[in-house]
Amino acid sequence: MAGELFFQYLIAGLTYGTIYAVVGMGFNIIYNATGIINFAQGEFVMLGGMTAVSLHAFLPLPLAIVVAVLVTMVVGALIEVTFIRWLSRPSVLRMIIITIGISILIREAALLLWGQDVRALPYFTGNEITSIAVGGARISPQVLWTLGACAGLVVLVTAFFRFTMLGRQMRACAANRVAASLCGLPTRNLITLSFVLSAGMGALAGCVVSPITQTQYGIGTGLAIKGFTVAILGGLGNSLAAVAAGLLLGIIESFSVSLLPTAFKDAVSIAVLLAILFARPSGLFGARAATRP
Amino acid sequence: MRSVRLRQVAVFLVLAGALQLGAIAVGKPFWQTQLTMSAYYALVAVGLSLLMGYAGQISLGHAGFFAVGGYGSALLTTWDLSAHKAAGVLQALQAMGAVVARPDPFGGTVLTVHPWPAAVVAVLLAMAAAWLVGIPVLKLSGHYLAMATLGVGTIIAAIAVGTQALGAADGISGVPPLPLLLGVGVGGATSQRVANYWVAIGLLAVCMILLLNLVDSRVGRALRAIHGAEDAADAMGVDTARYKLHTFVVSAGLAALAGVFLTHFNGGIGPSEASIMKSVKYVAMVAVGGMGSLWGTLGVSLLLNFLSLRGYFGTLDDAVFGAILIGIMLFSPDGIMSPDLRRILVAGWRRLRPAPASVEKGASEEGR
Repeated sequence: MAGELFFQYLIAGLTYGTIYAVVGMGFNIIYNATGIINFAQGEFVMLGGMTAVSLHAFLPLPLAIVVAVLVTMVVGALIEVTFIRWLSRPSVLRMIIITIGISILIREAALLLWGQDVRALPYFTGNEITSIAVGGARISPQVLWTLGACAGLVVLVTAFFRFTMLGRQMRACAANRVAASLCGLPTRNLITLSFVLSAGMGALAGCVVSPITQTQYGIGTGLAIKGFTVAILGGLGNSLAAVAAGLLLGIIESFSVSLLPTAFKDAVSIAVLLAILFARPSGLFGARAATRP
Repeated sequence: MRSVRLRQVAVFLVLAGALQLGAIAVGKPFWQTQLTMSAYYALVAVGLSLLMGYAGQISLGHAGFFAVGGYGSALLTTWDLSAHKAAGVLQALQAMGAVVARPDPFGGTVLTVHPWPAAVVAVLLAMAAAWLVGIPVLKLSGHYLAMATLGVGTIIAAIAVGTQALGAADGISGVPPLPLLLGVGVGGATSQRVANYWVAIGLLAVCMILLLNLVDSRVGRALRAIHGAEDAADAMGVDTARYKLHTFVVSAGLAALAGVFLTHFNGGIGPSEASIMKSVKYVAMVAVGGMGSLWGTLGVSLLLNFLSLRGYFGTLDDAVFGAILIGIMLFSPDGIMSPDLRRILVAGWRRLRPAPASVEKGASEEGR
């Protein structure tokens, strides 16, 4: 493979990979706080993108994105408050089915609201054909926007968990909910916050990547599967490992296109998921048992 | 115990007969077609109920196994082998009757696999796939199992849509009827609509008897022990991994069997049968019917499938199933037949009407 082509595939892989990384991180934030895998995670990305496209009709782009992210955060909070907050010790099977139901409802609502049209935000700088030459490959400035935004997001969220009081409280809640509530932490509100945070991350990722990948009502499921793959690849609960795993999956997928028909691109990431589940259920970087409830 | 089970099946058959007569009596004989299809889908749900309710394992890929059965059958019975007529293997198979020449709709003759060997191969293929996937997957639990089966379902759906030999987005059509006794065949002929309804109901009844017996046997008790507390069952000497695997394979086999019959009945199959949404719908039916309640699942899936196939939910079909899933899992995770829900309903009824009328909410049509 020629050097330029290799680089081109690599960049494409990284672009998708950062999105997977953000979705995977979103999975982890909710999983850490509640022990729930939120199957509706991909819908946040879709909602963010779609809302931003609609708002952009009468708002300037940056404002549209901010409002879209806020709207999705509210949706995330509503989901937690309506469906999850008042359940006492729900079983895993029950939570899986409930979050699947939520994802179906969001998707169908989006279908009613926006129809089947494929939409996209305009390119943040330049347009479809603007490109920057880097090492012989041509890169759209939007790729840099995506990489930058996702990298910024990862850094910010990590810093939030490490260095702020609220972030530390959320980590305490994740480590031991009973102990955290005994120490006087508002654990229920912290869990709601984890949904809000996760929804906001997904929405922002959905906005920045929208010009490149475009947004449709049904993109959530695929993203959820990939985000979960990434979360497992890194070891459930380990957010930074999920970022590395996301980039890895994006690159694997991107290079698979050079060998297999594009129709099988999604199958490749699922094959990766299955292979990891079979060989190393605790993830590439993790050590925790896969049978953890 | 045995007579109780036979009585249940007898009641089911009587109700099925009443349903058919009812459909004809109200002047809607075409309802039988959707009822027949519902019965085949119900078979998938009942098989999944065994897996979810008794072995406690979720599968979000059952539509995939259904599709393996359906596509396997459809491919083998429509694949024209005339070009290889001279091959020795083919001639031997033809002498055995496994490969037959039949007229095609365009007046020519095609040489294809007989529907019965095709059906056997298709079901075995699905069971083999379930076995291969099941060995590693069933070591996992909870979210991992859900995602892994979801992944398997997605791959099967992707193969169905992406493979030219399987008709890609169009699927396979022109599947011949599956011949049974007395000139009756599982197919779409209107003249055989009544007979086909009974073939479907009969298949369902036979599978129910087998499943009810299985559930009430040593295996069934072992499965319930696994569902209750896997570690405890393991400690008592139950080979949990083997039981879970076998249940998974049986459950996938039932789904494939339903796929074979429905494909012959419809005369074809499309990739939508393999979709994840289909798998989710099967899970919804089991959830509503009550995990571990085979009759509940049967009744609910007959009803929901019929309503869905008749188009009563319109464009909101998927949304209805999503809402059902959430509602049931939030308020009555053991299904609509659960004692909890019955108590809530009865209590609510009493509060509404001070006079203590002991009215039970008859939720579905199978009467138990």
